[in-house]
Amino acid sequence: MAEPVLATHGLSKAFGALQASDGISIDLRPGEIHAIIGPNGAGKSTLIAQICGALAPDAGRVEFLGRDVTRESTEARAARGLARTFQTSALAMEDTVLQNALLGALGASGRPWRFFARADRDASLRARAEAALEAVGLADLAELRTAELSHGQRRQLEVAVALTLAPKAFVMDEPMAGLGQEGSKRLTGFLDGLRAQAPILLVEHDMDAVFALADRISVLVYGKVIATGSVEEIRRDPQVRDAYLGEEA
Amino acid sequence: MSRESWLNTALLLALVAVPGWALWADEPFTITLATRAVIFALAAVGLNIALGMGGLVSLGHAVFFGIGGYAMGILASHAQTYTALMEWPFVIEGTKSMPVIWLVAVAASSCAALVIGLLSLRTSGVYFIMITLAFGQMMYFFAISWPAYGGEDGLSIYVRNGFPGLNTLVPIQFYGICLVWLCIALLLYARLMRSPFGLALNAARQVPARVRAVGLDPRRLQLVALVISGGITGLAGALFADLNRFVSPSMLSWQMSGEIMVFVIIGGVARLFGPVAGAGFYVLLEHLLGGVSEFWQIFLGLFLLAVVLFGKGGLVGMIAGRRGNG
Amino acid sequence: MSPILLAEQVLNGLQSGVMLFLMAAGLTLIFGVMGLINLAHGSLYMVGAFAAAAVAGLTGSFLLALVAALAAAAAAGALVELLVIRRLYAKDHLDQVLATFALILIFSEGTRWLFGSFPLYLDIPEALSGTVTLPGGIAYPAYRLALIGVGIAVALGLWWLNARTRLGIRIRAGENDREMIAALGVDISKLYTLVFALGAALAGLAGALVGAIQSVQVGMGEPVLILAFVVIVIGGIGSIKGALIGALLVGLTDTLGGVLLPELFKLFTDPASAAASGSAFASMAIYILMAAVLIWRPTGLFGARA
Repeated sequence: MAEPVLATHGLSKAFGALQASDGISIDLRPGEIHAIIGPNGAGKSTLIAQICGALAPDAGRVEFLGRDVTRESTEARAARGLARTFQTSALAMEDTVLQNALLGALGASGRPWRFFARADRDASLRARAEAALEAVGLADLAELRTAELSHGQRRQLEVAVALTLAPKAFVMDEPMAGLGQEGSKRLTGFLDGLRAQAPILLVEHDMDAVFALADRISVLVYGKVIATGSVEEIRRDPQVRDAYLGEEA
Repeated sequence: MSRESWLNTALLLALVAVPGWALWADEPFTITLATRAVIFALAAVGLNIALGMGGLVSLGHAVFFGIGGYAMGILASHAQTYTALMEWPFVIEGTKSMPVIWLVAVAASSCAALVIGLLSLRTSGVYFIMITLAFGQMMYFFAISWPAYGGEDGLSIYVRNGFPGLNTLVPIQFYGICLVWLCIALLLYARLMRSPFGLALNAARQVPARVRAVGLDPRRLQLVALVISGGITGLAGALFADLNRFVSPSMLSWQMSGEIMVFVIIGGVARLFGPVAGAGFYVLLEHLLGGVSEFWQIFLGLFLLAVVLFGKGGLVGMIAGRRGNG
Repeated sequence: MSPILLAEQVLNGLQSGVMLFLMAAGLTLIFGVMGLINLAHGSLYMVGAFAAAAVAGLTGSFLLALVAALAAAAAAGALVELLVIRRLYAKDHLDQVLATFALILIFSEGTRWLFGSFPLYLDIPEALSGTVTLPGGIAYPAYRLALIGVGIAVALGLWWLNARTRLGIRIRAGENDREMIAALGVDISKLYTLVFALGAALAGLAGALVGAIQSVQVGMGEPVLILAFVVIVIGGIGSIKGALIGALLVGLTDTLGGVLLPELFKLFTDPASAAASGSAFASMAIYILMAAVLIWRPTGLFGARA
């Protein structure tokens, strides 16, 4: 088995009496899509926040590329190649679509301390940004103000900004949220090809997408991972059916 | 050309034309008035970098303005009394040379911005506003109670400082110096806005979480913005002190901070020429209404309220419409 | 320095601390409930002082003057809330700063227009004009002692209001969840006006009480406002307890720094320059305290941790 790219070991986090993460150990291996599913309030967002460095765990650790990054800041983890997308789009709404993509490219270049050059005339930044927009199908809208994008287009831009980082792993927080059936299908096809570039830790509510994409699924309930396995194993797992898939299956 | 570009060009031409008009109409005081407006605009361009681009609501920019002023006052007062500023471990003499004074003013106010920024950027939002206001007050009281440089009474300079090749005592020549500095600062602002740094800073104002997620530290971007901002406002302070040949703690007061912010807001936050329009309007209002009523600031207050409650985008926004991209 | 002198200075520090608390409590309450930063709080302090001085001048009664201060500041607060402030709740901090800065200009110039530029004087009431001998032989002005008493009473009153009354429950609910409280059928806009008027009344009370030991003049409010901001930064925004502890810390540091630092400097230099540089550094003491708290706990001693 290949070394995991990203792994958590016994992550725990409590908010008062609420145990949001309870000894979570999961890993993400090269080339795979690992989906995290679970009912609302299961602690998926808390888990992502800890993996990406927005929240410090009470106990446990996060390893990325074989290195303990538990105490590192969000920006340090990003600089190592951990790219995330946000559940509710976190984009600079006043800026253009291209400028948002350029920001990602700028972050990846690690050289923001240039005060006189023009960002949009920097060939390497621009190439990176445009390639990412092209990949998600937003190239034609590059000069549009981000606030004018539709909800679905903003979701695409979220993914594009993550792409500009050319990361070693993606962490995606409900990328399908609010997309119509058509949009979900298109994004599903896109993510399917993306795993060859870097593995994806995918938190998602859209079960069609999860079952179509995931190599492995972990089920999170009340802050605990109650099962991890292939799509088939999870479908058959009685505990999961009970706790979560009950009505659907 | 967009409407905003037309407006900017018109404002710039007006500033260039002022001395000509003043000579023609035989109203030499107008030049002094315009110099005042240009210097205020320079200070406000400084604040606009922190406030407009960086989203840092600093109510303490008088600190930088005042430090610039005192840099001029202290250096020039030592020069005019022929005493050394410092004799140990090495001798530092005062100076009447503007370029040296500017350099010291920018360096000192940038350093102050670095220290204040390091402390106040540990927080954000309302805390940041309160803390910058508090540090401003600290410098104000320090200047009042430190007797070496005039304390509450301030420092007077007998003769305006010199610039090689110019006679700075001629109002029009000093105006020229100030206008050139304003143009340089505006050029810098325009370049910053489109630079990689400006791109990242703009994003840090809107979505700090995103900036972190692409591997950049929003706080560091904001700190650098504050240092640049403080340096420019400090330069304006040195020029202002030279204009009046006088520096006093009032340059460090919270009212001064408020006024610099008012220039930016009534002109238009994050608009290139917003500070110019705002400072020009303020000086004009002060001159016109000040002659009519002793209590002209009531009208200023009412106007400000109207701008906040009803007019988005300040004067530039009202005339030129919404901000374009880039 | 004698222990008696030191004890007196400690009492002075407490006295200025509790007066600061009256200001800071209102500010922090208004921020906690409405999310508003109010620069014009110092103007309400000034309104209280002027109302008290005017009424005391007319009637000669200090008690009536206090009542007038409370009423005038609360009325001014309610009026400003109805006309201007309530349009600011949904706006960002920058707009709030600007609009309340505009209010300062209007209040200050308006007061100058009404009362002129010369300071007014408010006399300490006859009954409190003497000194009280405290245990240990400390003779201390009765009026200042009364101020400490008033401050403690207000602190207790606020605690009672917050913990034991229906209004307190609503205020706490308003801090936590605006929609929730509206859903409970509480008229949120009335609650906001009430909270703002309460904060204003506290500021007006402080202005009147302090006005009797200092002069009553335009611009008296803003230095106190900025000190109250220092208090809030130290104590933590939204916390009444933080405001109390912070106010006492600031009051004591300011007063004791002004006395002790020149003494300390005397150990190193000649008395004249020690007095000068000592008082210059003493003027910075509370801001250094604030900086230290910021390094240690950026959200203040009792603030919610970010």
